[in-house]
Amino acid sequence: MVLSRRPRTAVALTAALALTLTACGGGGSGGGSTPGVTDTDVLIGSTLPLTGNAAPGYSEQGPAAKAMFDYINASGGIHGRKINLKYVDDAYNPANTVTLTKQLVLEDKVFAMVGALGTPTHTKVVDFLNSSRVPDLFVASGCTCWDQPDKNPYTYGWQPDYTVEGKILGDYVAKNFADKKVAYFYQDDDFGADGMKGLDKFIDQSLVVSRQPYQPGNTDVAAQVSAIARSGAEVVVLETIPAYTALFKLTALKLGYNPQLVASSVGADPVTVAGLLENFAKQSGASVKGSDLVEGLVSSAYLPASSNAQNSWIQLFKKVHDTYIPNLPFDGNVIYAMSYAYTFAQVLQAAGKDLTRQGLIDALNKGGFTGPGLVPFRYGPESHAGYTGGQISTIRGGQQVLSGTPLTTDDGDGPVVPYTQPQPAAPANGVPAA
Amino acid sequence: MTETQAPQREAPRAPLWRRSTLLRHACFAVLGLLGFWLLSIALDPFANLQLAQIAYTAIAVAGLTVLSGLSGQISLGHGAFVAVGAYTAALLLENAEWSLAPVLVVATAGTALVGTLVGVAAARLRGPYLAGATLALAVGLPSLADYHGLRDLLGGANGLIVSPPVPPLSLGETFPLERWQSWICGICLVVVLFLLANLSRSRLGRDMRLVREDEDAAALSGVHVARTQILAFCVSAGCAGLAGGLFAIVNNLAAPGAFTLALSLSLLTAAVLGGLGSLAGAVYGAVIVTLLPNWSTDLAQQADLPRAVYANIPLVLYGLVLILVILAFPGGIQSGVRRIGRLLRRNRKN
Repeated sequence: MVLSRRPRTAVALTAALALTLTACGGGGSGGGSTPGVTDTDVLIGSTLPLTGNAAPGYSEQGPAAKAMFDYINASGGIHGRKINLKYVDDAYNPANTVTLTKQLVLEDKVFAMVGALGTPTHTKVVDFLNSSRVPDLFVASGCTCWDQPDKNPYTYGWQPDYTVEGKILGDYVAKNFADKKVAYFYQDDDFGADGMKGLDKFIDQSLVVSRQPYQPGNTDVAAQVSAIARSGAEVVVLETIPAYTALFKLTALKLGYNPQLVASSVGADPVTVAGLLENFAKQSGASVKGSDLVEGLVSSAYLPASSNAQNSWIQLFKKVHDTYIPNLPFDGNVIYAMSYAYTFAQVLQAAGKDLTRQGLIDALNKGGFTGPGLVPFRYGPESHAGYTGGQISTIRGGQQVLSGTPLTTDDGDGPVVPYTQPQPAAPANGVPAA
Repeated sequence: MTETQAPQREAPRAPLWRRSTLLRHACFAVLGLLGFWLLSIALDPFANLQLAQIAYTAIAVAGLTVLSGLSGQISLGHGAFVAVGAYTAALLLENAEWSLAPVLVVATAGTALVGTLVGVAAARLRGPYLAGATLALAVGLPSLADYHGLRDLLGGANGLIVSPPVPPLSLGETFPLERWQSWICGICLVVVLFLLANLSRSRLGRDMRLVREDEDAAALSGVHVARTQILAFCVSAGCAGLAGGLFAIVNNLAAPGAFTLALSLSLLTAAVLGGLGSLAGAVYGAVIVTLLPNWSTDLAQQADLPRAVYANIPLVLYGLVLILVILAFPGGIQSGVRRIGRLLRRNRKN
């Protein structure tokens, strides 16, 4: 049969499509009944921004978590299995997150997702992961939304949620800066809203003289900062990502306004903020010493500070850092990722030799995990919330200095209470004990 | 679809389906549906997801190619129309709980209306001014979601979550969701291509070509230039709106972060790669811009490159493919396919 011209195009088109699509099909698959698990390996996946606006700082988390797993693998792994992390770049675009997460689950057949980053991105795949019964552990975001065990039994948060942190900071402000005028500078989304919900539980509303939002992406915050300056606030609480902590400080500096700053841990890592301060100042033709400008910034910390060389966890993480990722800065992001990687290894250890997805969830719900954190987790059948609080820290000499005892609370109306258990020491070989 | 009419002397002897444009296009549509169906049942769920993404991208690109290729207007802001369609569908599906078909129709019609309004402005703008205006649309419109008054409705920066359409039980309990999504998108694609192919052969399509070639000459020969240009914007935005509605149900979301300037530019890239003005080209272009970033990322990941290099590989490959295609086939891939087709035919005759 002689095909006429046009149908040939159609056939060519179909054939081309079939070829291209089947070429990318196939891929790896687990040998056993549990996806991603063999006798020697366990494959996990993660999505995070390696490129784009959200990449600075956050892009370090993939390599850092992988480095921690490499270190554990070099010591023999967990139950004889090596942990392989495949992290992919979603550029903070939720449409990419959906495609890549489905690729990790359907094509790569990962056993679990670990440390996937971002609220606007990850909220779009929670339904898919839960209906596919894929453990979705330690989402890197402080959204209160990960803690919905009834609706999303496979999703778990990791860091203290923004409301918990807001309560601890609010408690501190109410006690230490009593009767001073307070202003909020906040990211105009769930992060800012959840954080203020916590702050407002403790800070006297008659003292809150200004609330100024910013839109991420719009770097001109002069209007907001001068409004706060005009309000005469002596204390400014920042619910900001690191870039906006730096922008606030620089803009206030130009106005000659120097209030006491209190910031959510999200935007208070001294290394990251100091670096951003110097970069931004350089872009506008000025030169500043970033570490001087962050002096006195109050925040709440739930992990040991990167500068605390006495801490056994920092010693362990520094060793991993120097061996596997010496080119990355040793900052809060690296410690964050190594810490959740360690927690995952702990849960894997607890789940036992016969690894299944349900076994992992059961082990996690049994709870009792302590590790790099200063406070315990809240994991259990009724709660998928991560760390329960933090410890007030102040930046002195460019380093986070902790004060008082760690504090814990919930994201409801519960009080802020001290937590007195000492932090356990890190295992020498980096592998969590059975 | 843009090639010249078959020589007149051949027409009387040609079979009926070749003589009637409508019938011919209907035949292609049936063939296309069959091909799409065969493809989707041969592929695994993830490849079906990609197939669905190719299909909705192709719909948006086909609309764009009608606008730029036929009527000669440029739009750098088609991602904004995709966003309008996606948000419309998301709101109707989640808040009003409409069923899928009317949702897609309303997403298409609503966006076509927005496109008409933009088209009215566009009909007064030329070349770089039009490009600039549509660019502003692409940048500005998605940030409307963050506007205070609309925050509760549109979900702010976090956007809206859309529940995927569930495959009917009659297909079996284990029928993959992704295949169902690709079927919906595939049917829409074939319908859109069928309609656009007819449009391009209609009087309106001829008017559009006239306007593209010379507005003054077109006006002199009785074509209403502005109306033709506005209609082109309307049709093209409608396609983008339908693509947006499908985008929402395939990716389960409508969020500002998904409708970046990069989306608008990749639609234009797809149209240029495939061949401006060619509907088949729109499909080739959509295949490339959907699959290439994915493959190149996989490739970079496997090569275990340093992060700074790794992060840039997809962009480099994108650029390389664009350069190669434009060098080899200045008229896009479809022009290359035609040239190869002509060569094959000539060889057979010899």
